[in-house]
Amino acid sequence: MAKSLGPVKRKFSPWTDPSATPFIRFENITKRYGDFIAVDNLTLDIYEREFFSLLGPSGCGKTTLMRMLAGFEEPTSGRILLQGRDLSGTPPYKRPTNMMFQSYALFPHMTVEKNIAFGLEQDGLPKPEIRARVEEMLKLVKLEAFARRKPAQLSGGQRQRVALARSLAKRPKVLLLDEPLGALDRKLREETQFELMDIQHTLGLTFLIVTHDQEEAMTVSDRIAVMDKGIVVQVATPAEIYEGPNSRYVAEFIGDINILECALTENAGVCLHEGHPPVVRLESDGLSIAVEQECPAAVGDRVAFAIRPEKVRISLDPPAAAETNTAHGEVWDIGYLGDFSVFLVKLEDGRVLRAAQANVSRLVDRPITFGDMVWLTWPLDAGLVLTR
Amino acid sequence: MAEIGASSQTNPFRWLVVAVPYLWLIVFFAAPFLIILKISLSDTAIAMPPYTPTFEGFGALGDFLSQLDFDNYQFLTEDPLYFNAYLSSLRIAAISTLLLLLIGYPMALAMARASSTIRPTLMMMVILPFWTSFLIRVYAWIGILKPEGLLTLLLQTIGLLGPDDQVQIFRTDYAVFIGIVYSYLPFMVLPLYAALEKMDGTLLEAASDLGCPPWKAFWKITFPLSLPGVIAGSMICFIPITGEFVIPDLLGGAETLMIGKTLWTEFFGNRDWPLASAVAILLLLALVVPIVIFQNQQQKAG
Repeated sequence: MAKSLGPVKRKFSPWTDPSATPFIRFENITKRYGDFIAVDNLTLDIYEREFFSLLGPSGCGKTTLMRMLAGFEEPTSGRILLQGRDLSGTPPYKRPTNMMFQSYALFPHMTVEKNIAFGLEQDGLPKPEIRARVEEMLKLVKLEAFARRKPAQLSGGQRQRVALARSLAKRPKVLLLDEPLGALDRKLREETQFELMDIQHTLGLTFLIVTHDQEEAMTVSDRIAVMDKGIVVQVATPAEIYEGPNSRYVAEFIGDINILECALTENAGVCLHEGHPPVVRLESDGLSIAVEQECPAAVGDRVAFAIRPEKVRISLDPPAAAETNTAHGEVWDIGYLGDFSVFLVKLEDGRVLRAAQANVSRLVDRPITFGDMVWLTWPLDAGLVLTR
Repeated sequence: MAEIGASSQTNPFRWLVVAVPYLWLIVFFAAPFLIILKISLSDTAIAMPPYTPTFEGFGALGDFLSQLDFDNYQFLTEDPLYFNAYLSSLRIAAISTLLLLLIGYPMALAMARASSTIRPTLMMMVILPFWTSFLIRVYAWIGILKPEGLLTLLLQTIGLLGPDDQVQIFRTDYAVFIGIVYSYLPFMVLPLYAALEKMDGTLLEAASDLGCPPWKAFWKITFPLSLPGVIAGSMICFIPITGEFVIPDLLGGAETLMIGKTLWTEFFGNRDWPLASAVAILLLLALVVPIVIFQNQQQKAG
């Protein structure tokens, strides 16, 4: 491919190396609670030093999957391998994983340092070593001044740091984070996200995070597994998930997207640009759409065309030529977000398309406003044909 | 703060609400206590009421006060019976409280860990005995424990006892312990259950996650967090058991020495009200110490 998808955080992609052995392997894992199937024959590989997210709505099985790795639940069938070793039957207190709980689960009767030292004491480490490690952890989470406090005397953000320090103190092979930042306000959450990435990078640990917050998953992860009803729908890097969702479910779950029902009229047509895939042509109630993409569907199939609002250009003037990838409509609503404005444009047949525009300058000659008739256009590689 | 003061002055009803509990304490605690205190300083007399002096009005107050003395308290120190009775009461109360903890804690823990669907049923089963008179329940134990009682019958039926042997528990300290533990068990279980039930289960998961096996997690997490319940339950049981009269009287033998029984004998057997009052006052003082500890603990917990 001539183009690739989105920015890259760091040169780290063991999952593309077929010779790399996974650090954690979920192998055909199924978990049933009575009739309810929480996790359905799921297979997933996670690599060493990876920051991996399980993302999905509540009830999709992501927490169950994590709890099975921690040992709080046993899979109904299938097995979990850590560095090639089968974990089945190993109780939580013998597993080399540590978890940061959603509720933090700090021991209320112990001071901050006692909480952090708890895991180390269970290992029977010598006292001076425990002291040193606790100091180091307190420094890492910047809580040196609070060592003697009880959890009840700390703010939410501080408690969250204690929980993190406690789960990191034993240097687990895998750190499990269950909705770790859910209770924090937005500003603190963003700060903490970057700190988490920093800590993960410094300590060189493998992090597995469970979250329903797609922004959080996008920010921190090397790869994301999007889950739905006990199965993994897509596993990919944040940019791949955002720019190349493999299904309508993923496309709609991550970020904002326009979806148009279409019929496929031409597949693998002419190649307009050298090195790009051939053109796929779609027809959607009078709109003709062309996309440069490899597409497994056949002519006449019903497919969906998906395009992110920020990739749709909005203009008061009609485009110079092209009849394809053009829509005409009336501005029906505007969402002003500060950095972006989102325009809801109603087409003649009543369908609504969203177009986002970055507010690059403070003052414009003639802003687009309610009731304006506008033209929407998008390039050949902006949208995506989804077959499922 | 000034506003609250002002409104309490302007609103007499508000004042009344505050006054009611104080009034209650004055009428039903402070006044009887003062009367008992006064009787304990009096001398016994064959009269009606059986002590002198009696309060004859404020005119003879000086004379009245001059007749009060600490003779009864002095007598209590001279006769070892009373000291032994106090000691024996404390011993029985301490052992009973320990037994109650040993039996009540697992019960409360099992209740707190039971699924939420059967918890109300278990709770009901703990409270159910209260629906029958306490006295009847103690009498029922006589029926069970007496030599020709149900226990003997049961043990004979299953062959643990020969047909001519009998269980010799009734009218011993063992019977007193059985009766006390049975009667006070709900008072131990309920505070323990309340403390254990509100404990966050993820704390144990966190402990396990950090490498702590379950039996160790009990002593490191569960037990320390249930301490307020342990202390509340122990105090609620220990204090009344110390002054317990009915159970040792009905189930205990002649050698069962408890201060409640001694007190009853002094009041109704010997009709020595002043001495009995002195015994009661000393019992109260002996119990004030654990009560104060209990209150402090409650304040710390709250």
